[in-house]
Amino acid sequence: MGLPRVSILATTEEAAPAKRAEDKVSDTFLQKLKGFSSDDLFEFLATSIGSLVLVILIVTSVVLTRGSLAVFGKFGFGFLTGTDWNTSLGSESYGALPYILGTLVTAGIAISVGILISLGIAIFLSEMAPSFLRSPLSQVIELLAAVPSVIYGFWGLFVFRFWVRDYLETPLSTYLGWIPAFHGTATGYDILTAGLVLSIMIIPTVSSVSKETMMAVPSSQREAAYSIGATRWEVVKLGVLRYGRSGIFGAAILGLGRAVGETMAVTMVIGGTPGPYVLPTSLLKGGVTLSSLIATEFGDATGIHLSALFGLGIVLFLFALVINVFARLMVWRVFKVTGGIVE
Amino acid sequence: MIPLASILFEVVRNGATALSVQFLTGTPALVTLPTGNAALAGGIAVSIEGTLVLMGLTAVIAVPIGLLAGVYLAEFGDNRFGRSIRFLNDVLSEFPSIVIGILVYSILVVGLRVGFSAFAGGVALSIIMLPIVTRTTEESIKLVPRSVRDAAMALGIRKWRATISVVLSTARSGVVTGALLSVARISGESAPLLLTIGTSSYFLSGLNQQVDALPVRIFLLSSENYVSGAQQQGWGAALILIVLVLCLNLAVRIATRGKYGAVRSRI
Amino acid sequence: MTLGIQVDKELKAENTKPILISRPVEPLKIQTDKLNAWFGNNHVLRDVSLRIKENHVTAIIGPSGCGKSTLIRCMNRMHELVPQAKVSGAVLLDDANVYAKGVDPVSVRRKIGMVFQKPNPFPTMSVYDNVAAGLKLNGERDHARLDRAVKRSLDLAFLWEEVKHELDKSGSSLSGGQQQRLCIARALAVEPEVLLMDEPCSALDPIATAKIEELITNLKDQYTVVIVTHNMQQAARVSDYTAFLYLGQLIEYGDTTNLFENPKEELTERYLTGKFG
Repeated sequence: MGLPRVSILATTEEAAPAKRAEDKVSDTFLQKLKGFSSDDLFEFLATSIGSLVLVILIVTSVVLTRGSLAVFGKFGFGFLTGTDWNTSLGSESYGALPYILGTLVTAGIAISVGILISLGIAIFLSEMAPSFLRSPLSQVIELLAAVPSVIYGFWGLFVFRFWVRDYLETPLSTYLGWIPAFHGTATGYDILTAGLVLSIMIIPTVSSVSKETMMAVPSSQREAAYSIGATRWEVVKLGVLRYGRSGIFGAAILGLGRAVGETMAVTMVIGGTPGPYVLPTSLLKGGVTLSSLIATEFGDATGIHLSALFGLGIVLFLFALVINVFARLMVWRVFKVTGGIVE
Repeated sequence: MIPLASILFEVVRNGATALSVQFLTGTPALVTLPTGNAALAGGIAVSIEGTLVLMGLTAVIAVPIGLLAGVYLAEFGDNRFGRSIRFLNDVLSEFPSIVIGILVYSILVVGLRVGFSAFAGGVALSIIMLPIVTRTTEESIKLVPRSVRDAAMALGIRKWRATISVVLSTARSGVVTGALLSVARISGESAPLLLTIGTSSYFLSGLNQQVDALPVRIFLLSSENYVSGAQQQGWGAALILIVLVLCLNLAVRIATRGKYGAVRSRI
Repeated sequence: MTLGIQVDKELKAENTKPILISRPVEPLKIQTDKLNAWFGNNHVLRDVSLRIKENHVTAIIGPSGCGKSTLIRCMNRMHELVPQAKVSGAVLLDDANVYAKGVDPVSVRRKIGMVFQKPNPFPTMSVYDNVAAGLKLNGERDHARLDRAVKRSLDLAFLWEEVKHELDKSGSSLSGGQQQRLCIARALAVEPEVLLMDEPCSALDPIATAKIEELITNLKDQYTVVIVTHNMQQAARVSDYTAFLYLGQLIEYGDTTNLFENPKEELTERYLTGKFG
């Protein structure tokens, strides 16, 4: 027992005896190298994989930019403002304006109709629904989000289109046909139908995010409103909608992002062919959107035509980037504030 | 509510008439009707097979990567860089899928000369699925109480072992829920597939071969409306796709009822 | 047997309070030297220098928030796992500073086990796997050896008789007291030299508490035990030495009986008689 007991704690530098390093820099470097354990490797690996998303976004922007160089080189900004879309060799001419507008108009319809319905659902779910209805209802809404977009398209084309034509467009064109926006024959194969199908598709996103925002409104806000004698509706208006408005706004923008990027359902019901004619002057006209044009023409495109489709891609990419960054920031801010996490 | 009911009703009503053994097991074929017109007959087994292969391939690619990325966000992501990655991940998860199609077309199909193939389609779907798996994994890991992590660390277990064997194993049902729901979601994707898988009327002979998929088939059938039988086949294909997607969803949702709300809200 | 005194001299720094050592011949297991700890800007431990004797039970008492848990979490380098936590000073395990450069915290934690306030069995693992987890995840594959370690640890934790027929049951299906004893067995299975216990009975009923106190007394033949408790009776019952911590400072440390019967410091006396805390 007289011997001092020396406990040997395993050190990470056991293998290599410590060396007096000549200068400080290499010393710390050496130590770092020696101190490199399996945990550091794990962290490194996880971090690299985590960074993959950054790589994907960078590569996407590079690919789109390189692909669209040709069309921007030839037409410059005229590509964005032009309305011609001529793919015949020799007389090729590409202008993206009708499709940019087509995308904006359909997404605009989607969001203005979608937000109303979604807010109704969200208010109902968060404020009014009896608790036994809440969970099944949210489940059904979630299922709505699970339906593939091509099925929305198929249903839109063979079922919903005729409802729109008979119950919405026919009266519109008959009684309000003098307004340019409702010019045209009611076919149901047009911008209005595309926008409405989109509005149904974004309901799950918008309503669930708004619902979560509303649920995150502290009950003190509601109680404050009740305490000054507000009715139920006034409570929703004052306490909930006002308090959660930036979250709801964020949810709407998120829905807009989905609507802008959605391809198949729109392609199936919007019914236009590219060219100056599809400038969206009337809701009852066939249209073409950025994504629907890419989907329909990408397969046979070569040369400058393909480059033009990449050009559409880059416009879509930028739209989506701006919208989503904006929406995420809005939604994040709300949850950060109401979650009580101060950074 | 009404749209969902109507979609389900119409898909079941119209799709059921298309169902037959031949439809489920056969390859596409044209027949001549007694009237002299051509009509679409045969089955969509090729598309069913393609969709299942793509789902499997995508899961194989995206789940491991997404798991690790989720682990990164949950365990090492509490800093500036981690927050940026989380943000970009959320942005990517809402990205137009057709843009992903263009990306994979340029890099794989043309760039690396892989050609239109099941593999290219699987990669495209993986890029769509990756951010979802990443976030659901992160959320599930965050549900693991600190005390469990502490217990593992106090046993002198290396962090990576503790993360894999203790933390992930505790979080596994949430992780599996997220992975299954995201597979269900990508199984209905069609836009990126239009640009990556080509088309095929034959059963798959290799992942580098062109392939067919249910969503793409439905889209093509909808535009071949002039051929008689196409619409009916389209409804049939839609029925199979929706049964596939909704069954997967319902099964997962019922199995995890009332749990993993945070995970589910990421899908 | 001279070691305790030697080290004692070496460590005596100008600010350290002279500490009563009733039996100086006994070897020391853990010594903290001017240990300081922070959470962000919050200075939670101030110059704590404490000598813990081998094969004894040392209790750390003090009002909540006084840094008791932080002190023991510093001993096995668990403190640094909390974001923004900082430590300075030294903790010697035998003679080696666990905070020395190049020391792998994982190896420290293998030698110094820990039991937490709330029972925290791994929820998805069976009783057996919970106990075997530490060994398995450190690479032990030999089934016979695992079986032996599991039985030995469960025995030491007074749990073997109760669970020997349900080793396959989920760890979280046990009662609270059993779960805590399972956690003790889990910590013992990796054969640590020291066992740190962070208020191990605070979530348990009196019967479960009694059982754990009994097993703690039983453990000291083989292990050095440090137990944090807010329950003074418990400290008096199970410990040989007691340290009283207040606002992050070590106020008094000594033989449990002495400290409880005639505390040297006024603050200790007031705490023990319930005048504050």
